[in-house]
Amino acid sequence: MASINTQAVTIGVATGAYGISFGALAVGSGFSWPQTMAFSLLMFTGASQFAAIAIIATGGAPIAAVLTSWLLGIRNGLYALSLSQLLKPRGWRLPIAAQLTIDESTAMAISHEESNDSQSLRQAFWRTGIAVFLFWNVGTLIGAIGAGAVGDPTDWGLDAAAPAALLALLWPRLSDQTARVAALLAIAVALVTTPLLPPGLPVLASALVALFIGLRRS
Amino acid sequence: MWLVVLAGAIGCYLIKLLGYVIPQGWLSGERFTKVNTLLPIALLSSLVVVLTVSGDAGPVIDARLAGVAVAAVLLMLRAPFLVVVIAAAATAALLRLVVG
Repeated sequence: MASINTQAVTIGVATGAYGISFGALAVGSGFSWPQTMAFSLLMFTGASQFAAIAIIATGGAPIAAVLTSWLLGIRNGLYALSLSQLLKPRGWRLPIAAQLTIDESTAMAISHEESNDSQSLRQAFWRTGIAVFLFWNVGTLIGAIGAGAVGDPTDWGLDAAAPAALLALLWPRLSDQTARVAALLAIAVALVTTPLLPPGLPVLASALVALFIGLRRS
Repeated sequence: MWLVVLAGAIGCYLIKLLGYVIPQGWLSGERFTKVNTLLPIALLSSLVVVLTVSGDAGPVIDARLAGVAVAAVLLMLRAPFLVVVIAAAATAALLRLVVG
């Protein structure tokens, strides 16, 4: 098992490369560089950010961009619900933990949940959240000011690295039978609903699987 | 444009915060604990698949799937995290370089 720091930095670097793309795309969509930075510093959730600028870039209504960003942000709220039990952030840490609650930090936290050691779960969450926040924002700045001559993240295969990293983090949890069934059903729900629902909703729809299996009498 | 950025950001933050400030009493009970455990597993599993096969018009099979498949094989062989991630990226990048 790689150390938490290695994992956190690897994930940070990979998301940083996407941050460069985001910065360049946002400026290309007509946002100023301070607005672009405000996206990454304040919204700090990649799927919402990319969707919002894509709507503006294609001439969509500002309200549609706002609502879509919220819709894609809902899964962070569900992560927060789950993490509130595991992480139990208190005092000044709570509002910061909320901002850092994203796909990557959640995946790292649950990856280290089974170690029966809440210390490593906390370290995994915080270090990943902070690493992604730093790399994502530095990447955004590089992209926004037009210094990002690193090419497309897909040239580096980073679009495969992102799901591979999440899969690697989920892997230890999939040794449990119930979790494996939930994962397979969730994937089925996402695949079946992808042609029917707007982007972002198929992943949210898969949350119903957790509700269904969890509430079933065992 | 500032309105889009700020309204979007405030909403996204409040959604994140909401998950932490819901009274813990609502979340107690064995069944809820089970839902809570399965929730991120379900969301992240489907996210992995969506990130791997999503296209502009429905699912597509491309170099990403090859990369993630290599990652899955390496995970079964208990390869370290860094090896899995780099192998996935390299597989997709090389495949694109060769196939074009």
